[in-house]
Amino acid sequence: MKRGLIIGSFLSLVFMGLACISFLWVPYDIETLEIANKLKKPNFNHWLGTDHFGRDIFSMIMMGARTSIAVALLAVGIGVAIGVPLGLFSAARRGSFIDEIIMRGNDLIFAFPSLVIAILITAVFGASAVNAIVAIGIFNIPVFARLTRAAALPLWERDFVLSARVCGKSEARISIEHIFPNITNLMIVQGTIQFSLGILAEASLSYIGLGAQPPTASWGRMLADAQTLVSIAPHVALVPGLAILLMVLGLNLMGDGLRDLFDPRIKVERT
Amino acid sequence: MTEPVRFFEVIRYTLGRLSSLIISLVIASLVIFSVIEVIPGDPASFMLGINAREDTLAALRSEMGLDQPLAVRYFDWVIGLLQGDFGNSWTYKTPVSELISDRIWVSLPLAIYALILSTLIAFPAGILAASRRGGASDVTIMGATQMGVAIPNFWFAMIMVLIFAIHLRWFSAGGFPGWNSPLQGLKSLTLPAISLALPQAAILARIMRSSLLDMLSEDFIRTARAKGLTRSQALWRHAVRNALIPVITIIGLQFSFLLAGGIIIEQIFFLPGLGRLIFQAISARDLIVVESVVMLLVFTVIMVNFAVDLAYAAVDPRLRSKV
Repeated sequence: MKRGLIIGSFLSLVFMGLACISFLWVPYDIETLEIANKLKKPNFNHWLGTDHFGRDIFSMIMMGARTSIAVALLAVGIGVAIGVPLGLFSAARRGSFIDEIIMRGNDLIFAFPSLVIAILITAVFGASAVNAIVAIGIFNIPVFARLTRAAALPLWERDFVLSARVCGKSEARISIEHIFPNITNLMIVQGTIQFSLGILAEASLSYIGLGAQPPTASWGRMLADAQTLVSIAPHVALVPGLAILLMVLGLNLMGDGLRDLFDPRIKVERT
Repeated sequence: MTEPVRFFEVIRYTLGRLSSLIISLVIASLVIFSVIEVIPGDPASFMLGINAREDTLAALRSEMGLDQPLAVRYFDWVIGLLQGDFGNSWTYKTPVSELISDRIWVSLPLAIYALILSTLIAFPAGILAASRRGGASDVTIMGATQMGVAIPNFWFAMIMVLIFAIHLRWFSAGGFPGWNSPLQGLKSLTLPAISLALPQAAILARIMRSSLLDMLSEDFIRTARAKGLTRSQALWRHAVRNALIPVITIIGLQFSFLLAGGIIIEQIFFLPGLGRLIFQAISARDLIVVESVVMLLVFTVIMVNFAVDLAYAAVDPRLRSKV
């Protein structure tokens, strides 16, 4: 099972590396259009060929990696920043009315078809990377809140928490100093899974034109552009899809691997 | 003696679920209503754009009832929905309910078709993987499901169009001929259904496998084995049935993914379903259509989840007491 972790981390790091390098250097400027050079097959100059505007596909994949990773990571950030405190609070006040409200609220968000709501949000507030982040991030909140609560509940019964209570620490301090450090592993695993789901969601949104807008490159929009060209120049459609597939696969393998590494018993929700 | 007690328990459980169903629906409608309301400016000027003439704006405002107070508008909308009146489309100039009833006969069959495919693929795959745990077929199936989960389904759809429509010419690349010839209709939904089903089948197969493996370590399986059944006999006769309980829930949840995921797949295959309706409405800024279709989708999803909850309780009576 270690093999999965290594392959997964390698794949994820390759794309994250590409995204980082793109800030310093890309093979070709993707904002210059060279129509004369359009739809070239992969060759020595253009490793992955060129698209219908003559832009270098490898450069676009690098810039697109930046968008995908930024959107997905920030969406995970929203989920963690709001969901984890909610879950910790719920666990600290377990059984209370507020706990009940928070958990019912989570169930409610789960019941919404996330894609439909994401489409609604971006349609109404305008298509942009920021709105895509918010639309994806909202649905990460209940995932982290539920997981945090479920993981924190048994910890509240443990002796070290009792000792902290005897020392006179407040529920909030116990949550931050004793409960949270014990669930970070779980959060990292779930974060990796949500990261991969975020990449897929960003690709879907930008594919239908509701994600990052031109000239920002995104894998989903590369696919949308390629759709009509699939019969003339299949590589234009194959490359961005493979990039999404490999990145998501890498993150999933990494998440599973980390889970086995941290604790083979824990189970992470895959929604 | 136990019968009346059970009867009341069932009633109590159903009522509990029913009340949370109603609360969910009310909150869902409030959320959708307020998302439309908080649009910068007002919905009428959003729909008509910046070059709208003042009298057209005023006409649309009064047609949408924007001159009415917020609460009145909300209740009008909800009461209309309950009576099957979804308002009138601003761009199509027809009742939204007509637009929906034309298109639902594409979206619903597509989701059901995909659900059937997903189940047909996932069940044998999951059972085979669990029964050959650690073997070559298990490793292959689990590898395939990893890929299945990671593939964006709209890309998979494009690849299938490339192979089966453009190169092999077995299917058309898109469009829908209608249900006059059911076989042709079904054929045109096949590629879309496969692309929708694939990721869901991968998830379902993994859940089927892990649920079966959980069952195989239970006492009743050990008893069955001690009785002399082979591993696969015990699996088929005892484990599969019990493993289905968590699987049913996932199938229910998947239906909502399939219905919502259809939005994108319909775009790729040019299917005249609810998804295309939403997109056309979004680009035409026809908020009345967007609002009502989104509410309809959310309603369907919440209802399906409700039905799954009840089915779940019917299969596993232990769950009723947990409410």
